[in-house]
Amino acid sequence: MSEALLELRSVDKFYNPGGANEVHAVRAFDMAVSKGEIVALLGSSGCGKTSTLRMIAGFEEVSKGAIGVNGREIHRLAPAKRNVAMAFEGYSLYPPLTVRDNIAFALKSLSLDKREVERRVGEIAQLLEIEDVLERYPSSISGGQQQRASLGRALIRDADLHLLDEPMGQLEPQLRALLRGRIKHFIKERGLTAILVTHDQTEANALADRIAVMEGGVMQQFDTPANLKDRPANLFTGAFIGEPPMNVFEAEVRSDNGRINFGLGGGVALDYAENEFSLALRAALAKKPQVTIGVRPHAVRISSEGAQAEVTANQWLGDQTHIAARFAGGSIVSVEHERTRYAKGDVIGVVLDSANLHVFDTETGAAISHGGALA
Amino acid sequence: MDHMSLTEKWLRGIALTLVVLFFMFPIFWIVLMSLQTNETILRSPPSMVFEPTLKNYVAIITGKLDSHVASMDIAFMRNLWNSILLSVCSVAVALLLGVPAAYAFARHKFRGSEDIAFTLLSFRFAPPLLVLLPLTIYFQDIGLANTYFGLIWVYQLICLPLILWIVRGYFEDISPDLENAYRIAGHSWLSTFRRIALPLAGPGIAAAGLLAFIFAWNNFIFALVLASADKQPVTVGALAFVTASGIQYGQIAAAVVLSIAPTLALALYAQRYLVEGLSLGAVKG
Repeated sequence: MSEALLELRSVDKFYNPGGANEVHAVRAFDMAVSKGEIVALLGSSGCGKTSTLRMIAGFEEVSKGAIGVNGREIHRLAPAKRNVAMAFEGYSLYPPLTVRDNIAFALKSLSLDKREVERRVGEIAQLLEIEDVLERYPSSISGGQQQRASLGRALIRDADLHLLDEPMGQLEPQLRALLRGRIKHFIKERGLTAILVTHDQTEANALADRIAVMEGGVMQQFDTPANLKDRPANLFTGAFIGEPPMNVFEAEVRSDNGRINFGLGGGVALDYAENEFSLALRAALAKKPQVTIGVRPHAVRISSEGAQAEVTANQWLGDQTHIAARFAGGSIVSVEHERTRYAKGDVIGVVLDSANLHVFDTETGAAISHGGALA
Repeated sequence: MDHMSLTEKWLRGIALTLVVLFFMFPIFWIVLMSLQTNETILRSPPSMVFEPTLKNYVAIITGKLDSHVASMDIAFMRNLWNSILLSVCSVAVALLLGVPAAYAFARHKFRGSEDIAFTLLSFRFAPPLLVLLPLTIYFQDIGLANTYFGLIWVYQLICLPLILWIVRGYFEDISPDLENAYRIAGHSWLSTFRRIALPLAGPGIAAAGLLAFIFAWNNFIFALVLASADKQPVTVGALAFVTASGIQYGQIAAAVVLSIAPTLALALYAQRYLVEGLSLGAVKG
């Protein structure tokens, strides 16, 4: 195996193999994570992200493929032998122990100095804001506090790998934002390697160095948060990442007289100068008359020129405005940072710059280009 | 319950009293009987007024049964000891076998696991007489008839399914991730079972054990057929009081009081566990 700390090689997971209701939960999953990296598995419910995590932990058998940690194959080892720590989605604190003992539990077997254990528990408790419940029992504290205690129990360990399953799902928004920063700092400071499972892209973006987007058991893209946003590998990631979601239109490509023209529905056409697109991209587009184009709402410019659209909704969200408009036989959403005065029924002009255009293959969904260059 | 009207409270009280009277009366009556001689018991009309005597208890404990015509030996204290031995050993064996099995059925869904679990439960459906005839024949062949070992083995028909099904429900109520959290902290499967699963299912195991003990204690037919006098428990031993010279009601009553005392004390002591065990394990599981 290579130098990667964690490596998954074409891992498959079947539930009820051979049975009537066989489920292929994870398909040919490849991933390499370096030491000190924080990786998020991001996807909606049932996409296979938790199955993947549990296979790394050893609670689910690997149906096919291999998992290695530090070059050592671990997927046949008992969980106890893998040297990984995990925070569970359901917290799973030991009911008969206080929060303090729960957090210190894994340190007990290390025969550390008592004062050292106390210091480390205190440090984690302070980090997670649970100092005041340390002497209480899990059943008497709130879900959010239990979740933080469970997170603390995992983070306090000196494991090769820290697995965090929806680590902040139960926290209130302010606390979540605060802890995200602290936890990231804690992990980075100690050079820990963490795999995080979440369905919250804000959390993934804030915490992770790289994000693996999953859908239907298949990894769609494994990349940095910035690349996921600017260079989505396919239509799924493009539409999945980003809030509000990407505007997507079917388009017919024509090129003549040094212009490239995307014909959308409803008689709307986007017209660009040929030289805004690279030569290679022009050649690719010439072979694909039918494409799907996507534009992020933040990149939709409202201007007096441009194609006409009729406003259907104008929502101020406290820090930004979402303007939805009828456009090209479908609808388009634009995000403005100021309050805007557009009312329902107003006609606005919409400009989509070629630099912000994502072009996808309509049949396969694979990205053809981002901006003016090939993907 | 706070918004109950006065009439409702009264009706509730009366209903509860009726139920308690109905179920407690036999115990009350048998205690009274055990303190009387056969003559006062059998007089007509019956009366609650009598001079209490401990003669019946003395007879039973010393093992000397005196009737009008003859004196005979009874081995009631031996029966009592047999009951304790058989019940305790049966429950111990059933716990040893049933708790790990219950854990396996709760945690691992393997091919046929439900069928095996159900087969074990079905031992409780079949009337004991169904298995007794073949059992008697081959127990005699292999020399297990009239041995404690053989009886304890047969008592597993009573204890094992009970423990298996109640404890299984308890294990199913424990989140597997609780055990996973312990395992991933570097502990083996076995120590997880011992340190996490067993203590958390403790109340359920206690309840199942108690119930199994009571069922084993109350068993009559297995011991009647498969054991002779020196191995028989109190349930069978009480038959000795039906003598040629009449039925010794006073002594039967004293014997019954002595034989229900251990289970009654146990049940009262562990009442909370028993109710919990039955409602959580058996119903929910």
